[in-house]
Amino acid sequence: MIEITNITKTYASGFTALRDVNLTIKKGEIFALLGPNGAGKTTLISAICGLVEPSGGTITVGGFDTKKEYRQARSLIGLVPQELFLEIFETVWSTMTYARGFYGKKDDPELYEQILRDLSLWDKKDEKIQALSGGMKRRVLIARALTNEPAVLFLDEPTAGVDVELRREMLDVVKDLQKRGTTVILTTHYIEEAEELADRIGIISAGEIKLVEDKDALMKRMGHKTLSLNLVQNLEKLPVGVQQEGVALSPDGSQIHYSYKTGANSGITTLLSSLKEAGVAFEDLDTEQSSLEEIFVTLINQK
Amino acid sequence: MNWIGLWTIYKKEMQRTRRVLFQSVVSPVITTALYFVVFGSAIGSAVDTIGGISYAQFIVPGLIMMALLANSFSAASSGIYFPKFIGSIYELLSAPISYIEITAGYVLAATTRALLIGAIIFGVALFFTPLPIVHPWWALVFAVLVSFVFALFGFVVGLWASNFEQLGLLPTFVIAPLSFLGGVFYSIDMLPPFWQTVTLFNPLVYMINGLRWAFFGITDVHPVWSMSVILLFMAVLFVIVGWIFKTGYKLRK
Repeated sequence: MIEITNITKTYASGFTALRDVNLTIKKGEIFALLGPNGAGKTTLISAICGLVEPSGGTITVGGFDTKKEYRQARSLIGLVPQELFLEIFETVWSTMTYARGFYGKKDDPELYEQILRDLSLWDKKDEKIQALSGGMKRRVLIARALTNEPAVLFLDEPTAGVDVELRREMLDVVKDLQKRGTTVILTTHYIEEAEELADRIGIISAGEIKLVEDKDALMKRMGHKTLSLNLVQNLEKLPVGVQQEGVALSPDGSQIHYSYKTGANSGITTLLSSLKEAGVAFEDLDTEQSSLEEIFVTLINQK
Repeated sequence: MNWIGLWTIYKKEMQRTRRVLFQSVVSPVITTALYFVVFGSAIGSAVDTIGGISYAQFIVPGLIMMALLANSFSAASSGIYFPKFIGSIYELLSAPISYIEITAGYVLAATTRALLIGAIIFGVALFFTPLPIVHPWWALVFAVLVSFVFALFGFVVGLWASNFEQLGLLPTFVIAPLSFLGGVFYSIDMLPPFWQTVTLFNPLVYMINGLRWAFFGITDVHPVWSMSVILLFMAVLFVIVGWIFKTGYKLRK
């Protein structure tokens, strides 16, 4: 659906936001682009949607070059930006009609009603944007992006600063869109979100795509947790019976770390009973899920 | 051509005009009425006829021209500046709409708004003085062209401006002084010879006198000159706009 070839972007300030990005988005999939702040997620989306002129490389959407055949390419796209870029004096309804008008499509009140109802905005249709709460404004952003019935929908950090209920609704809307054949690309830094929604995940850092993988495969890799045990008495080395795979003593001997995968065979029980047998007492314990940052570090170190 | 897109921008801008009705229509009316009271009635009673017409009549084309250029400029410059400022410009940049269509939408809406205000001022002026127009079609041509040119000018400035200060720079320091010095309230031959020559470098003199010629058949400069200056100005702006389209200047970073 989208073919990104050797895209680079260097801003006038000299900052390079994208370095030789190559990426293929398949038709009908939900693709999550994960990465820390400033990694280039928004720049990449902006380059595809026509907000930013890439310094080099080509992008096609549905086979149409985003530069030479921009009309056909952009006709396929709906964009939900990260910030609440809305004209506050317009009503929800006029925001919808203008949005579709810019795409050169005839007004379609039935479509707007459908979209507004799906996003629980129907009773707000005649309100001015400025009278809406932050969450409602975000719904409007999504609603207006759907007015041209896009084949590809971009959601840039759709759940940033959004309450649980709205988040739930948005995830439902995305799933529903996928059922109807829409390709969805979302950026996020929440692993859980990508986990719930995405078919594939791409990780971007410092303007480079570090990896693109099926979600399931990646989640297995990300499923690592670390158990830390604070010992009552420092140890010089691990007792013989405790030496199982993934167990390590901290350099100062005050903690035992155990890296494991969650599930029935986590090995925690074995570790704890062997510690009891060896007579090692601990005063506190803590578990930690490997964060996205750590996964970046691991990924980068692997290469 | 994305005609619906262009029409949508036009409609949206006209909606904006309606929303700021007071500011955009009522205030020029009040200002013009004040000009009539102060200049037309108070000073005008002390001035003889100029070229055979009364002073109150004499100032009407200039007042209309001032309103046309100030309003078309500000409508177009703020029209494109605000979406840039609040970020909603993304709606246009991500839509299948060309630069030409975007420009046309904003510029034509600003032109319309200025002409509406011009028509209202004409109506207000009729309360103060009779206005028999000698060349009504030429009056319309001058009014439309000048509004269009200044809308285009405003659009370029709105694109260029990166803060409110820059947005207000030209209207305050260039357009307002040049229109006051452009012979709205006097005929050039009332000036000393040196200032007469200086005045001929002011493009607004040609525009104001063009409309005055269309109204009353009297002018300080030949109407061919008036038309030439307007068309030259338009050509220069087309070149600038063309360059902006080519480079995506300030729109697509």
